Amino acid sequence: MNDEVILEIKGLTKQFGGVTAVNNVDLTLHRHDILGVIGPNGSGKTTLVNLITGFVKPTKGKIIYLGHNITGKTPHVIADRGIARTFQVMRPYATLAAYKNLIVPLSSPRVKRMVGGSLGDRDAVAIDILEEVGFERDAYVPYKLASSLPLGYLKRLELARCLALRPDLIICDEVFSGLSMAEIATMVPVMERLHDAGLTIIMIEHRLRELFRLANRVIVLNFGSKIADGVPAEVMEMEEVKAAYMGTEAVPC
Amino acid sequence: MDILIYGLVNSFIYVLMAAGFTLVYGVSRLPNFAHGALYVLTGFLVWTFVNSAGLNYFVSILITVVIVALLGAFLYRFVLMRVRGMPVSEIIVSFAVALIILEGLRLQGIGGFKGFIGSSYTLPTFIDRTVSIAGVVIDAQRLLIVGIGLAIVIFMWIFTRRQKIGLAFRGMAQDEHAAMMLGIDSDLMAVLALAVGSSLAAIAAVAIYPLGQVTAETGYHVLNAALAVCIVGGLGSWMGAILASFIFGYATTFASFMGAAKYQDVILFGLIVLVLIIRPSGLFGRQKELEERV
Amino acid sequence: MTGATEATAGASPAPEGRRKERLDRGLKVRTEGLYAVNSYREITYLVGPRLLLILGLAVLPLLLPNLYWQRVLCVAGAYALLAISFDFLANYVGLVCVGGAFMTGVGGFTAGIFTYYLHVPWPISILLGTVLGAALVTLIWLPSLPLRGIYFAILTFMFPFLARGVILALGILGGTEGLGPVAGMDNIWIENYLVIVVLLVAVFGLRRLVGEDAGIVLRGVKDNDMAVQASGISVTRTKAKGLFIGSLAGCFAGAYIVHLYNFMGTSLFATDYSILPIAAAVMGGSGTLAGPMLGALILTPLSELLRGFGQLRVVLYALVLVGFILFKPEGLLNWLTRKYHQFEKWTKV
Repeated sequence: MNDEVILEIKGLTKQFGGVTAVNNVDLTLHRHDILGVIGPNGSGKTTLVNLITGFVKPTKGKIIYLGHNITGKTPHVIADRGIARTFQVMRPYATLAAYKNLIVPLSSPRVKRMVGGSLGDRDAVAIDILEEVGFERDAYVPYKLASSLPLGYLKRLELARCLALRPDLIICDEVFSGLSMAEIATMVPVMERLHDAGLTIIMIEHRLRELFRLANRVIVLNFGSKIADGVPAEVMEMEEVKAAYMGTEAVPC
Repeated sequence: MDILIYGLVNSFIYVLMAAGFTLVYGVSRLPNFAHGALYVLTGFLVWTFVNSAGLNYFVSILITVVIVALLGAFLYRFVLMRVRGMPVSEIIVSFAVALIILEGLRLQGIGGFKGFIGSSYTLPTFIDRTVSIAGVVIDAQRLLIVGIGLAIVIFMWIFTRRQKIGLAFRGMAQDEHAAMMLGIDSDLMAVLALAVGSSLAAIAAVAIYPLGQVTAETGYHVLNAALAVCIVGGLGSWMGAILASFIFGYATTFASFMGAAKYQDVILFGLIVLVLIIRPSGLFGRQKELEERV
Repeated sequence: MTGATEATAGASPAPEGRRKERLDRGLKVRTEGLYAVNSYREITYLVGPRLLLILGLAVLPLLLPNLYWQRVLCVAGAYALLAISFDFLANYVGLVCVGGAFMTGVGGFTAGIFTYYLHVPWPISILLGTVLGAALVTLIWLPSLPLRGIYFAILTFMFPFLARGVILALGILGGTEGLGPVAGMDNIWIENYLVIVVLLVAVFGLRRLVGEDAGIVLRGVKDNDMAVQASGISVTRTKAKGLFIGSLAGCFAGAYIVHLYNFMGTSLFATDYSILPIAAAVMGGSGTLAGPMLGALILTPLSELLRGFGQLRVVLYALVLVGFILFKPEGLLNWLTRKYHQFEKWTKV
């Protein structure tokens, strides 16, 4: 395992009016980690993602990515540094074919910089990436209009959009939610492959069974505060986690 | 002292001009570009009732305010409702309606209609005398403008906090979908908002027109003033609109006392550009940061 | 069984036992921009409408009866450019510009200054007016670009009036009277064909652009600006690029008009330049780029015929606008395209 720190968060706090959505969260993420973020609804998970990716400005605290302070930077600057994210509410570029959706990240300055000049035919690259996340090229799925794709493919399209940016860190905001068991079963190997390819991944997830298979570390948020941090098996044994996340009843998984 | 009092008057002129537009946008997120046209229409209707139909001045004002309010409601029901939710079409359609009214009033030579062109159209003042306040001579009409402006601001403040409809308005303004789930009819609210907003434009017209002439050009001027106030104050914000009105009012008054009355537009232009550069969403405007729920 | 089909057939009431069926004619297009052409018939089918447009415009000046109508064609061409600019900005960049007059004004005055004060030959003036004017327009509207929603529309509405007010108040650039004579092109054939060539370049160029990668980024901004930001692309910069491209067409129209009328004044900021292009764009078909051009070529001669009736033409544009938005929002060209690609027939059920 590589011990390089990729992301460091210190005392991150966000208040919306009187509500504290994220409260004094500290976090250190090493390269090649898969970090699971869990917590009940409204515990501040998505706000945490928005804070890291710059869509929301923090009230207090510091975010350091690869040694650079990225606190309060605009979203496109942070994405340019190599943090890609999916959105919980998917809005693809509806008037475009699925593979054309990837043209946007493929035209970004970051990709231009990384490939050092021309990428060649962007369409071909886009279709390759889509195939990687499970768009069947032979069934012409990549050519379909994005607005006509079912939910499972939209989630993959989100993931593909992130991959096209060639990021170091991917933040997946509930990519498994709303998918059927079969669809999830095909998504898990995709995530494993990404991890093997050297990506660092933060996953926000309600599907604990799959998350615990993938993640090597889990943090638990409750009312915006971090209440647990550690290896999945240990975390789930902690009393306060059981109480906060599942109620005091038995653990379902 | 002169600047203080005349600045106050000018500020309230801006408040009156912008009140209707702010209300409609605040409640139903509809940019009513026909605002200025309704303002001008009021002037012409009152003039016609008084001079052609020979009605009493106050009766004609009353009738006109009702007509314009109904017109606003119709504008929503038959035009804007069909394009609701498509901002491009909302703007274009209301702008087109404005043009039909404004340029229609200037039509000539069809069916013996002479068109409202020239300087012969003026509305009489309510009370034709001057008052002296703290050594400043001011005519009663200008005082009336301050009075009406204050009354509208106070009325809106009480209305939105006490009355059931007012609370529904506020609910709509804050979160349309949540309000709809609580059983507030979005279309009904929009109809009411346009009716109230249009009558505010009408009231502004009868208050302000006696100071000058009734011409179609004033429609563009009023719409521009309302838009400028809303941009600087922050779209849909009452506090912002009032603050921006005072900024504009005092800035233009100051300019005219410095002998630079003709630079009004330049000042307006400068202020807008300045505010946009410093605070693009306006003084009180809140730019929606994120559409996802937290 | 029959009842079920009719129920699914939808809202339009069909006569007993019959329903309308829509069939695709000609080529099946697999994805946008990818054709499989394998016969002259298919080539004709694809190229036909484009060729018709090019040839039609090329021949048009020769068919016009007199100088007056040739001048009308010049004006119509300028309006068509403004309409294309509006359509491009509204439907491919997501910026609703209700102040096309600001573009004509800035482009016109910029070009006019070069010709009038500096005695630059007109082709260079027009070029400078187009490029510098577009840069100026983009720069002035830049602060509002990060904002969503209707801010941009409101701002663009105000600017022609404000700009006019500033010129009148300061008495610069000719003030109320305007400046003239500006040395112009002085040859009706040059005037005609210049605007036609620019029109064709604008239509085909922009249609090409929106299918290219750079154009797709612009369309992405319109569909979902957050995803664009998350892809490491600055939304403001992209919008600014789009605005600059759109303004090029608008500013050229202004520069061209100055050299057509040999005059520049605050009339360059007139409401006509804002409203007719919008009416033409909506009438011709939003998002088609060629449709707005056709719309302008239809509306301008119509309004010329009404010139004797004062403001009636503005009322006409406004009525056309309201009518089309409410009752035929797809516009003429979208309707025609549908008719060209599909045909309908009645089938027994």
